Amino acid sequence: MRSRELAFRLATGAFALALAVLVLAIGFELSRQSWLSIQKFGLQFWTTSRWDPVAGEFGALLFIWGTLYSSILALIISTPIALGIAVFISELSPARLRGPLMFLTELLAAIPSIVYGLWGIFVLVPVVRALEVKLGPFSDFPLFSGPPLGVGMLAAALILSVMVIPFSSSVAREVLKTVPQAQREAAYALGATRFEAIRAAMFFARTGIVGSVMLGFGRALGETMAVTMVIGNNPQVSASLFAPQYTMAAVIANEFTEAGDELYLSALVEIGLVLFIITLIVNGLSRGLIWMMGRQSAGRATA
Amino acid sequence: MASSDTGATVTLRHPTVQPRAAQEDKPVKIDVERLSFYYGAKRALEDITVRMKSNLVTAFIGPSGCGKSTFLRTLNRMNDIIPATRVDGTVLIDGSNIYESGVDVVAVRRRVGMVFQKSNPFPKSIFENVAYGLRINRMTTSRSELEGRVEESLQQAALWDEVKDRLHESALAMSGGQQQRLCIARALAVKPDILLMDEPASALDPIATQRIEELIYDLKKTYTIVIVTHNMQQAARVSDYTAFFWLGKLVEYDRTDRIFTAPGEKLTEDYITGRFG
Ligand SMILES: Nc1ncnc2c1ncn2[C@@H]1O[C@H](COP(=O)(O)OP(=O)(O)OP(=O)(O)O)[C@@H](O)[C@H]1O
Ligand SMILES: [Mg+2]
Repeated sequence: MRSRELAFRLATGAFALALAVLVLAIGFELSRQSWLSIQKFGLQFWTTSRWDPVAGEFGALLFIWGTLYSSILALIISTPIALGIAVFISELSPARLRGPLMFLTELLAAIPSIVYGLWGIFVLVPVVRALEVKLGPFSDFPLFSGPPLGVGMLAAALILSVMVIPFSSSVAREVLKTVPQAQREAAYALGATRFEAIRAAMFFARTGIVGSVMLGFGRALGETMAVTMVIGNNPQVSASLFAPQYTMAAVIANEFTEAGDELYLSALVEIGLVLFIITLIVNGLSRGLIWMMGRQSAGRATA
Repeated sequence: MASSDTGATVTLRHPTVQPRAAQEDKPVKIDVERLSFYYGAKRALEDITVRMKSNLVTAFIGPSGCGKSTFLRTLNRMNDIIPATRVDGTVLIDGSNIYESGVDVVAVRRRVGMVFQKSNPFPKSIFENVAYGLRINRMTTSRSELEGRVEESLQQAALWDEVKDRLHESALAMSGGQQQRLCIARALAVKPDILLMDEPASALDPIATQRIEELIYDLKKTYTIVIVTHNMQQAARVSDYTAFFWLGKLVEYDRTDRIFTAPGEKLTEDYITGRFG
């Protein structure tokens, strides 16, 4: 008995250790492969926007801009919808609907990125173009400047939102499920309406809800295929929602195979390294928040 | 005034049993007529009729699963939030049926406060916990009025002196007994006239329990109190009337001194003397 338990703990411990080593190894390998670029450009790599493989000049600012802009925009669009879905499923929906709705969101989360990309090209982009044409009169406004192309920042942010919603709404739903019923009853007993009781539950779950939203953000940051297909892949920094732009993941996917010389390749890998670090931090933080939330609920339940 | 004829094993710290005339004079506050309650198809309460008087403490006793909590929760319509439940019969509070169609459930719950078995403060500051009910019901118009009500409620719950210097610290940092008194203060803040307590001291140590019992004694001057307890001594100490439930039925309901000295039913006697099952 004892020795079997020990063996089990050793084996699971070894797997956990192997994962940590793997993460470190990826980080190490990315640093090694990008060393040339790190040495040559230093910090400048992150503060300049000139991306010129012919001249051997590489600055990644515009890709960082594109990634952050599209992801933050997606976050703004998706958060209220994702939370709305989570609240509906966990607090409001009749029991009969709950199962099918959960199944549906899981299904949406499982659709491959390339399929979202195709849908983006054939359905979303024409709709966005029509919308941009309608917004033509407002083109003096920096957000709406530029020709109505359809492909561009808005299309990318929208497709990211659609991809992120099932994901963060599932996590937010699970988080809401861990809120003790006693919290809702405490609110009801003081004369709360249903809406106010839900607010009390969401307040209790606030850490975990922020975590679920950030988890979605982490996914949006690294999402490659669908974004590459609709963002227009134009290396420029622009505030306009209509402008075709570029993201970190997209430039790696598009240019990796054609990167002839070592410096070019090294610069692309450095972008990968930074994307790796950012997503690691964002995911780590959001998982941490969700874990804290779980511990808080468990603590309350046994207190 | 003090009466110690409540059974050999039970000592009264408070003179809870008042002269008979005083008790019998009090107006009926909660009048339950032929109440049955169903969880789905399962009947949890069967044909319960009971009248509880104003400004007295009524204790519900009975074995686990006999329906004490369910009955308590029918008195402020808390069971409404559990899906697929059904109520038959009437619950009159001050003469009006809270189950009548068109009754504002929120208003009912504001008049009938509730304290739960496990303390359930919100993860907010002590002040905000007490202020919660006042805020959602928009019961105060100024910050100073709000602060006054919060202080008053904490005073009533005998918690003010312990927390007055840390009102804005988290309620979760308090001891279990303090948290439970905070939940009482929170319930009192919205000025209910009935207070329902479901085993309010079952998770507390003897000293914290004693404080809650003293509190109940003080509070009945202002409130009508219904308390569920598994502790016979506690029922004898704090209550004026006792109701004994068994398998969803009300077996016996009488003055506490009579229930504990000369119960009318064999079942009641077996239960309170521990010769049960
Ligand atoms: N939410 C629920 N759904 C279905 N049945 C329930 C529910 N809550 C309670 N019951 C059932 O109703 C009956 C009465 O339960 P209740 O909680 O009122 O008992 P109790 O007297 O308060 O017990 P305890 O002393 O253990 O708290 C029990 O048989 C219980 O299983
Ligand atoms: Mg109970």
